[in-house]
Parts: sequence; C-alpha cells; structure tokens
Amino acid sequence: MARSITMQVARYRPDREAEPTMQSYDVPLRKDWAILDGLNHIKDELDGTLSYRWSCRMGICGSCGMTVNGEPKLTCATFLTDYAPGPVRVEPLRNFPVVRDLVVDIGDFMAKLSVVQPWIIRKDEETPDGEYLQTPAELEDYKQFSMCINCMLCYSACPIYGLNEHFLGPAAIALAQRYNLDSRDQGSADRMDALSASTGVWDCTYVGECSTACPKNVDPAGAIQRYKLTAATETLKSFLMPRGGR
Amino acid sequence: MTYTHDIVIVGGGGAGLRAAIAVVEANPQLSVAIISKVYPMRSHTVSAEGGAAAVIRAEDSLDEHAYDTISGGDWLCDQDAVEAFVDEAPKEMLRLENWGCPWSREPDGRVAVRPFGGMKRIRTWFAADKTGFHLLHTLFQTSLKYEEIARYDEWFVTKLLVEDGRVRGVVAIELSSGRIETITAKAVILCTGGCGRVFPFTTNANIKTGDGMALAYRAGAPLKDMEFVQYHPTGLPFTGILITEAARAEGGWLLNKDGYRYLQDYDLGTPQPGPVLRSMELGPRDRLSQAFVKEMEKGRTIDTPYGQVVHLDLRHLGAKLINTKLPMVRELCLDYEKIDPVKDLVPVRPVVHYMMGGVSTDIHGATPLDGLYAAGEVACVSINGANRLGSNSLPELLVFGARAGRAAAEFAAAQPDDGGDWSGILTQAEDERRRLERDLRGREGGGERVSTIRTEMQAAMEQGAGIYRSADSMAKCADALQELRERLPGVSIDDHTTTFNTELIAALELGLMLDVAESIVHSARLREESRGAHQRTDFPERDDVRYLAHSLIHRSADGSPRVEYPPVTITRWPPGVRVYGR
Amino acid sequence: MSDTTATSHVGNQPRPYRRRVPILWWVRRRSYLLFVAREVSSVFVAWFVVFLLLLVRAVLSGEDAYRRFLDWTANPFVLALNVVALLFVLLHAVTWFNLAPQAMVVKVRGRRLPPVLIAAAHFGAWAVVSAVVAWIVLG
Ligand SMILES: Cc1cc2nc3c(=O)[nH]c(=O)nc-3n(C[C@H](O)[C@H](O)[C@H](O)COP(=O)(O)OP(=O)(O)OC[C@H]3O[C@@H](n4cnc5c(N)ncnc54)[C@H](O)[C@@H]3O)c2cc1C
Ligand code: SF4
Ligand code: FES
Repeated sequence: MARSITMQVARYRPDREAEPTMQSYDVPLRKDWAILDGLNHIKDELDGTLSYRWSCRMGICGSCGMTVNGEPKLTCATFLTDYAPGPVRVEPLRNFPVVRDLVVDIGDFMAKLSVVQPWIIRKDEETPDGEYLQTPAELEDYKQFSMCINCMLCYSACPIYGLNEHFLGPAAIALAQRYNLDSRDQGSADRMDALSASTGVWDCTYVGECSTACPKNVDPAGAIQRYKLTAATETLKSFLMPRGGR
Repeated sequence: MTYTHDIVIVGGGGAGLRAAIAVVEANPQLSVAIISKVYPMRSHTVSAEGGAAAVIRAEDSLDEHAYDTISGGDWLCDQDAVEAFVDEAPKEMLRLENWGCPWSREPDGRVAVRPFGGMKRIRTWFAADKTGFHLLHTLFQTSLKYEEIARYDEWFVTKLLVEDGRVRGVVAIELSSGRIETITAKAVILCTGGCGRVFPFTTNANIKTGDGMALAYRAGAPLKDMEFVQYHPTGLPFTGILITEAARAEGGWLLNKDGYRYLQDYDLGTPQPGPVLRSMELGPRDRLSQAFVKEMEKGRTIDTPYGQVVHLDLRHLGAKLINTKLPMVRELCLDYEKIDPVKDLVPVRPVVHYMMGGVSTDIHGATPLDGLYAAGEVACVSINGANRLGSNSLPELLVFGARAGRAAAEFAAAQPDDGGDWSGILTQAEDERRRLERDLRGREGGGERVSTIRTEMQAAMEQGAGIYRSADSMAKCADALQELRERLPGVSIDDHTTTFNTELIAALELGLMLDVAESIVHSARLREESRGAHQRTDFPERDDVRYLAHSLIHRSADGSPRVEYPPVTITRWPPGVRVYGR
Repeated sequence: MSDTTATSHVGNQPRPYRRRVPILWWVRRRSYLLFVAREVSSVFVAWFVVFLLLLVRAVLSGEDAYRRFLDWTANPFVLALNVVALLFVLLHAVTWFNLAPQAMVVKVRGRRLPPVLIAAAHFGAWAVVSAVVAWIVLG
C-alpha cells in the first residue's frame, strides 16, 4: 500500500479570496486514519490556517460533515484507505453558504429547529408525579427519528433544499415526527401548520437521497412520507367533519 | 459593542442547558444567555454512553447510592453534597423523562435500569448506549421552548471580568466574524466541562480543554482536588474512543493475553459467569485501571502497534443483547477497529476519561468569588471525591446545573441594575481585546506550532501524572511544563484572518490547558498519599490523618500556586476500607 | 451600554460564499435525474388532462366529432406524445407505490410489517385494478 495520499482541500478565506480554491496536501496513508485525521495532520504539521469543525471524533456530535469526493460524509467516520490511491477531494457541505474553508453556515437549520417545536407538548397542566409510562413498542415507534445528530448531510444531499432554502428539510421534519409519534406528546396539531405549509412536507418529491446520506439511519425520507399521509388524512377529516375531531 | 444580560452561562452542554432552564423557571424576569464555543448539541455530553444513576426501584435506597458514591470516591466526597445529590437525582431524571428523553423501558412501560461499576444496586437509567446523546438533545430541544434563553453559539470566552471581588461579565470572540465583544452580567455560571485533552490519550472530545477551570483560576477562584484524574479501563487503542462500562455491566469480561479474567488477582472478587455488582469487571474504574498496569508489568498484556492492550470479551452476550443494549459499542467497533464484538475480542486499554477536580463550589454551585458559579464537570462540589463512579456524572450535571441556575438567579435578582462604576471593567475588556488582536491574531509566524507544544505537554502529563505517579516523575513533568510555558509566547499563529480562525482558538486553548496541567501536577506533588485515582508509588497508602482533606489551589498575585487543605465534610459515613467483590 | 441580545441565527459573516448550482447538477445521480424527470412530467400529466377534456368534448358533440377525434389521435405525433405521457405517469405510479411502505406503518400483533410486503401489496392491488379496468374496456 502507498505510504501517502493526496488530499485536495477546498480553501476559502473571505478576507482574501473572492471564491473557493483547491489546495493539495500529502498526508500519510494509515490504516486507522479517518479523513478527519488527515485534516488534523494538515492543520498540526503542514498548514495551521486550515479551518474546519470537529469535536467528538466518534460520529456522534455531528460537527464534521463535509463533501468527500462529491458525497456528503462524516469525516470522522470515513476512512482515507477507502479512497486510496487518491487523490481524495474534501469540500464543504453543499447547499450551505461557506463561511470559511470547510466551515458552512447552518444558522438556517438552527432557526428551523424551533419552528417544528421539538419538545413535548402536553394539554394537561399538571406535571405528573412520576414518569409517563411508555412501553418498548411505543418507544420503538419514534426511536429511529430520535437518532438524528444534526449533521446536515441530508440537507446537503437534498436537491430541493438546494433549489429552495425555505424548504423545512429532512432533519427538521424527522424531528417533528420524532415528537408527533412519541406516546407522551399531544402537540401534533400544533406542529401541523409548519409541516403542512407550502415549505413543509409537500415540497418533498421523494428523491430519497437524504435517507441514503444519513449516517445514523434516521430515514428522514420515511418521516416525510409518513407525514404526508397523516396530513392528507387530517385534511380529509376536517373537510368531512368541519367541526368534529380536534 | 457590549451586550448585557443578568446571567451569562458559559457552556451549552448538559450542565449549561439545565442551568439555563432553571434560571428561567426560577425567575422569568431575568435575561439569561448561553455562550458556547460549539453549537450546544455538539457539546461533549453528547458522547456519554452508558447511563445516569438515580434511585428509582423499591429495593434500592438513597443511603445505598450515597454509600456507593462515597466509598467509590475513597471518602474524599463531601457527604452533605452527596446527600443532596442522591436525593435530587431521581427528581431530575424524572423531569428529563417528562421532557421526552427516550429512556429504555421495561415491558410494563416503566423506565428500565441497568447495573454499573461500583454500584451495589441496579440504578443506572439508560437510553440504549447513547444516553448522553439523548439527554443532551432532549435538554437542547426543550431549551428551545424558552424564548427567554438567548444564545451565543460558536463564541469563545477568553476571560472573566472581575472587579472588587465580583464577577461582572466575560470577553468573548465570535468565531464566524472574529469580533471581540464584552458581555456583562450580574452572575456568570461556568459549565465548560472537563479537561481530558491535557493528556494525549483520552476519551474526551477535542473541545475538552479545561477552559473554564483556567478562566476561573486566572480570575482568582480556587480549583479543588485537581490531582484526581480518572482513567477509564476500556478505551479503544489509537483513537481513545470509549467502550462504555455498560458493556461490562451487561456481562462483558476483561481477559489478559492468556484469556484469563485477571481482575480476580487484584482483590476484586471471584469470577462468575454473569455480572455481579461491585465485583470483578464491575469494580470501580480506578482499581480496574490500576490492575491493568500491574498486569502489564507482569507481561501478561497484548502488544499492539498502539501500545499494550487487554481484551474485552462480549461474544457470549450474543448478537441480540448487543444490538438492543449496546448498539453503539458495536457501531464503534465496526467503524473504528473493523471488528465485530459479536464474533471478535475487543482490544482495550485504560484511557483518560474524567476530571474529578475542578472549580471549587459549595452545594449551591457558588464559588468563593462573588457572582461566579460553576456546575458539571468543570466544577468540584464535591460528590466524586477521589474517583467518580460511572453514571454519576450525568445526574450531577442535572442536579447541580439546576442548583447553580437557581442560586445564580437569586443572586442576580438581588443586585442593583446599574451595578455602579463600569469603567474598570471596560478597561479590562479593552486590554483583553488588545491582547487578542495584537498579541495573538497579529502575531508574526516563524516560531513553533501550537501542536508541537501541545503534544509535548500531553506527553509530559502522561509520563509524569498518569495512573501511577511518584515525586520523581512529577518533578520531571513540572519542569517540562515550566519549559513549555516559557516557549508559549513564541508560538506562531500563521492565520491572521478574522473569519473562523481556529488556529487562534487552538492557541488560546493551549494557554488555558497549560494552566490546568500545572494545577494538576502541583496538587498531585503535594498530596503524599494514594487515594482513589491518585496513586503514588512512593506513598502507596491512604493517609487519613494528613489528607482527609481537599486540595484547594489558588493562584497568587505573582502567578504562583498556593495550596490549602480544608477538611472533607463527613456526615454519616466515617472513612472505611473500600471493599469490592467480597 | 446597549441592551441587545444576540441569537446565533443572526448570521453576521462578513462574506459567506454561496456556491452556484451547476446547470447540469441533476445528471450527477440517478435519484436527481428521476427527480427532475418527475418535475418535467407535470407537463405531460397536464397534457393527459387536456386530452381527456378534448375526448369528453368530442363525445358530447356527436359521432362525427368523435370519429374525427379518433383519427386525430392516430396521428403518429399524438400517439408518440401519449406514449411518452404514459411512461411518465407510470414513473409517478411506481414512485408512489415504492413510497407507500414508508408512508404507511402497518402493524400486525405489535410487529411492523416488512416494507417489501406493503409495497408488494400495493403493486398487486394495482395489477388487479388495471386488469379489471382492461376487462371492462376491452371486454
Ligand atoms: C466518552 C464519554 C462517555 C461518558 N459516559 C458517561 C456515562 O455513561 N455516564 C455519566 O454519568 N457520565 C459519562 N461521562 C461523563 C460526562 O459525559 C461528562 O462529565 C459530562 O457530559 C460533562 O458535561 P458538561 O455539561 O459539564 O460539559 P460539556 O458537555 O463538555 O459541555 C461543555 C460546554 O462548554 C462550552 N465551552 C467550553 N469552553 C468554552 C469557552 N472557552 N467558551 C465558550 N464555551 C465553552 C462548550 O462549547 C460546551 O458547550 C462520559 C464522558 C465521556 C468522555
Ligand atoms: S437526519 Fe441523518 S443526515 Fe440528516 S441531520 Fe439527522 S443524522 Fe444527519
Ligand atoms: S467529529 Fe463528531 S461527528 Fe465527527
């Protein structure tokens, strides 16, 4: 096996450059090295000016999403050897404004988080004395949608979000569903406005790339399709029984 | 520009978020802000795996949780703090349940609990093995409900502003723009987490550089029990990624190179096929990590390119149990070691994991410095004593995060609004801005890299202040740190830009880490006994006559450290012998 | 001293760079191609509606008009257009049925039915309905 691999890394320093350029670095090709270890090698040994986000290096904090050879990836869980002999191209996540080098601005998503009201909503005033009972089967109903690490790979893979940044997007909708399907929650009616708005689930035309890109098997595409059915039935219900139901 | 809040919380991890909610609940009139160098849901709490301890079953009792905690901490815990902790932990955990945390459940719908190291009863709540992840996301999402909580995401705090013995705010850099701002407050709560990155091989995330400890120390608040650094017995070689204690709690075995459960040789009990509480693999972390070193000295560990290891054997647990209760362990092994714990032995070795010491606080999270509070891993209350029990940290974040939030709210509400003369504070802030802009961001290159000094510091710490220490090893380490401190001003920062300048942040973190490293080594050198995680080859016994006391390290005006020894608070459990497996 | 609060959402990057979407972005991936195909298909679906309306008008205006209409549909251009439109509508149908198992979570005795089964059931039902329609029309 070759001893080193070339990493082509996107650079963008707004103080200096009008648009991103690519810069190449040779880094050791080690069996255990993730793309992130390569970037750290660059920063520590070759070029201290490279900027990128990372923290946990164990695929759980969601900081290190980047575009690797054209695909959205968690760089701490993607290995250099899988791209040997190289070169491997590392760029910022697509569909987001680039702040600097490999760092993108996710402020838009952070704002959307609050829009779907991702917290337990109860109609009863009292807090209970103990726990709300929830069987393992009820837990299973929403568990998958609670596994999202907010890594933004799905937004980066979604062409609809790329064309229309007002689209609520995969992770935010999956999160809404995580609460809608939680047996302890009573707030699905409150989340309906945001979800069935024109920028909600109906923007999605089932490309499915979000679920392919997701490193945590959240299946946001599934969450969206499920909600479409719910929204459709709700609309039908309110049409048939204008004063009934909720 | 200057921003103003009643309460500023530094840190958006479990402790910081809990504190923020507590402030709003205690007094919605107050303006509260969270400043965090990463988005809150990226905080290190997210990586906690195993679980969170709180008494919930009828057969368990608060006293037993307290006793496990105190004996686990080798009697260095303040018992009044422990009593408050075990009493409030179940309430806090239930609140988290009510807020939607997806705890694993029993078939009848009650919250499930699992065994954990050093615990005599089954009392550890868990969300599969992503407990910290779910806890943090639940807290963060719940915090979004409170519009009162302002957030400064990706702002790095560089200094606490103190005047007349009172904390009045902070100076912080916004990463995305590089602007340096003063944020004033009537009270500041530090929730900045631990400092594992002071060592080379750690389970801790990149952000755990002990910032809050150093900020408080520089501002004049003392640090407590800094010599107690926990090694976790099971980290993956090379990455240091943690394999949770839950793996052993579910029945995993530790094997040496002969396939022998070597813990039986170290007074930790006799091997049984299934897990036995407070015995063998479920002994406390300090004892297990020390047993590893002894085993290595006997030549019975396995040699690998990334150092000596032993094996964690989970194969007998079967795919089904591993998939439902330890899915992340399997995921991590597959991703980072390319092995499958269902079929293969997992190589593991002790790894720096947790800081028992920290900013000294009382049981309300208040530090001796007026207006400064601390909670979470950055603080030392102290409930962890000389060795923290696994799964006590997450409930600690909640209990003391909430307490600090309430106490700070009360303090802030009692302060007058104008707060008197600000000129001194603003001058300090101006000096800090000049330091950051001119001395650091404007510094010319040509010197050493940040990473060179960082790597040398980490190596010195491992050699001098690792699992076993001696006067000799620590003296060498202290000398090395002194030398590094002298080289620090010559470090070069090639990046002079303002936008997301991570090299500047790394340099700032390095400076803070050096302070923390020095306080660890200094406290360790003066404690001439062995207790919990602090093991000295030259003083192998516990010495309750001299050291049933906390090390309280202050920074003197000239920058040199000064250590005092206030006594440990003992309420109901007089010091005894730590017995495991018998 | 100004009393402002900052939220992270108020981005104040000096100059974030927005990458322009390349014109041919949609050929990069099969799923993107299908996505664009479905978007384009709206034109053809609309055509089907128009076609149907024309048919209804022809039927209502008597046998002559209807015959002229039929002649017109035999025109190779219209035929080709209709074949293409049919293909696009089929694409929609297949997408829809493949998506069905994700939209519907069916549980039998507490266990989630495997998605393949749900998709298969939909395709099965589709085949049956089509057969019945074909039988009525042709039979
Ligand atoms: C791998 C691993 C597994 C663990 N598993 C368990 C377990 O199973 N059970 C258990 O009880 N405990 C466990 N622990 C311990 C526990 O997770 C931590 O002690 C705890 O999460 C620390 O939380 P915190 O809120 O104090 O700090 P963190 O979650 O570390 O948060 C620190 C915050 O401070 C901010 N910050 C720091 N410095 C600055 C600065 N200069 N300026 C601005 N912001 C700053 C950061 O951005 C971050 O938001 C584990 C620890 C590790 C490493
Ligand atoms: S849904 Fe998956 S890809 Fe999208 S943010 Fe969450 S974890 Fe990442
Ligand atoms: S660094 Fe945390 S997910 Fe990669």
